[in-house]
Amino acid sequence: MNYLDFEKPLAEIEGKAEELRALARRNEEMDVEAEAKALDKKASDLLVDLYRDLSPWRKCQVARHPDRPHCRDYIEALFTEYTPLAGDRNFADDHAVMGGLARFDDTPVVVIGHEKGHDTKTRIERNFGMARPEGYRKAVRLMDLADRFNLPVVTLVDTPGAYPGKGAEERGQSEAIARSTEKCLQIRVPLISVIIGEGGSGGAVAFATADRLAMLEHSIYSVISPEGCASILWKDAEKMREAAEALRLTAQDLKRLGVADHIIKEPMGGAQRDRDATIAAVGKAIGALLAEMDGQSGKTLVKARRKKYLDMGSKGLAA
Amino acid sequence: MNWITNYVRPRINSIFSRREMPENLWTKCDECGTMLFHRELAENLNVCTNCDHHMAIRPRDRFTALFDNGIFSEIEVPKPLSDPLHFRDQKRYPDRMKAAQRSTGEAEAMLIAEGEVGRSRIVAAAQDFSFMGGSMGMYVGNAIVAAAERAVKRKLPFVLFSAAGGARMQEGILSLMQMPRTTVAVQMLREAGLPYIVVLTHPTTGGVTASYAMLGDIHIAEPNALICFAGPRVIEQTIRETLPEGFQRSEYLLDHGMLDRVTHRGKMRDELITIIRLLTGQPPAVRGDLPAPEPIVSEPDAPVAPPTAEAPKTS
Repeated sequence: MNYLDFEKPLAEIEGKAEELRALARRNEEMDVEAEAKALDKKASDLLVDLYRDLSPWRKCQVARHPDRPHCRDYIEALFTEYTPLAGDRNFADDHAVMGGLARFDDTPVVVIGHEKGHDTKTRIERNFGMARPEGYRKAVRLMDLADRFNLPVVTLVDTPGAYPGKGAEERGQSEAIARSTEKCLQIRVPLISVIIGEGGSGGAVAFATADRLAMLEHSIYSVISPEGCASILWKDAEKMREAAEALRLTAQDLKRLGVADHIIKEPMGGAQRDRDATIAAVGKAIGALLAEMDGQSGKTLVKARRKKYLDMGSKGLAA
Repeated sequence: MNWITNYVRPRINSIFSRREMPENLWTKCDECGTMLFHRELAENLNVCTNCDHHMAIRPRDRFTALFDNGIFSEIEVPKPLSDPLHFRDQKRYPDRMKAAQRSTGEAEAMLIAEGEVGRSRIVAAAQDFSFMGGSMGMYVGNAIVAAAERAVKRKLPFVLFSAAGGARMQEGILSLMQMPRTTVAVQMLREAGLPYIVVLTHPTTGGVTASYAMLGDIHIAEPNALICFAGPRVIEQTIRETLPEGFQRSEYLLDHGMLDRVTHRGKMRDELITIIRLLTGQPPAVRGDLPAPEPIVSEPDAPVAPPTAEAPKTS
């Protein structure tokens, strides 16, 4: 279990309970259960306390928690017959973006998402979920496929942002992102998007421009990272707490602004504390949102999707 | 006493005193350092007469030089909610806005207008880098949508001059949402079969490049403009390498297939006329017959207020 900095007191209590139990296992005469239980209770009270009113910056930390379920976990658990499709037919296959054909509740769909990786090796392989132009071009190709064969699209968003690299720029990172967003607005099939962790700027927009956007309770979606914003506007990257506050990047604020349509509740203490429950909740939400889109013609879907984005923001926080 | 005091020192002093010339009469080229007299600079559309460096040009000046006789009618932009997030960094966002409005004399970072260019009617939009870095917020989004709607309504080509550091952070996610919003505007043009020409000027970066600026039917850039998604400093920090000379500049993008053309500002108008007439099936422009664009500065040596067009307002 990885603890975040603000969870340190919790780590101490949970560590003590664990120690006690380990001691008891070695020494059968000892009965520590009562004490351990008391510690458990203390820990769970503290957890509730910590997570009751998470500050925006803490939410950023939870959204980036390495133990959160990632795109691959969701695809494995929620979809059957997942058949990954690779490549942009142009230059390469980007491992930061995974996607392909699959079934969701028996319905054939196209699923696309950012994958961050879960250990050093896979993180490097996945480039920490930072896509290059090839990733967006692969997504465009898959969305085209979905459009042609009338398959709903589900996107899972989890990226710090598009990769700021030399090759990525050379090969047209901006153009690739613009085309992906454009494709999201063009396809005549339902498009459901879930932000499962970090929705980092343009790299997220390229997948999250959807009929319905759901966000996990502690996920974020922002024009810039709080650190980046702090270093530009406060001239001090350490002011990320203030920046996170000002940017209104939490799922709750985004719902008020009309950007997110639905918030998926996370287990107490964040998705990382009960991955299976989180994945199940996301699955339920995808099912419900897809059902909302059921039976709508392609033309209606595109028209409504465009209207949604044209109208967005007109009411501010009162939306 | 000796040549140092008699010759070198006065020269040094003269260099320094030259730099202290009143700013409104002289502009120093950021590239070659040449001091340029305002009138000459304006006549040359803010392109350095010495090194051809393209300096920023305000949307009104650009439109005055672009439209026939310098006449255009401004299109009103629906006002967005101001300060939707109640954003506050070291300053309040409304205060930053007021400061930008005071220093530029403009309401926001984009000007949109309709008028004739080489006797073809067009809708044009120009982003104002001097207004909070040209940043794209709700207003810029509204402007692009309004311009596209006007173009569709009147069946006119749309020419957009981009210049921005990216999305406006002070509007948070709502600035980011201008990426899909402006993309919808581009789609409206495309579906109506209308040309959408993007002229990318220095600098065009971030979310602006990654949306409407890279979705044109034709991409033309001014020479040596920085055009990118992530800026060079961010990339250098990521890859820990110094980037090659000219990286992410117009000519580099042209080489990498992201642009159709790189065109000098002085030739832009003629080129736009040619392209627009070709795309809309009109006969070639009759050059001799065209009214000349109005000169930007009319009163010689007048203390310079930024030249403004007497634009009839439409509403």
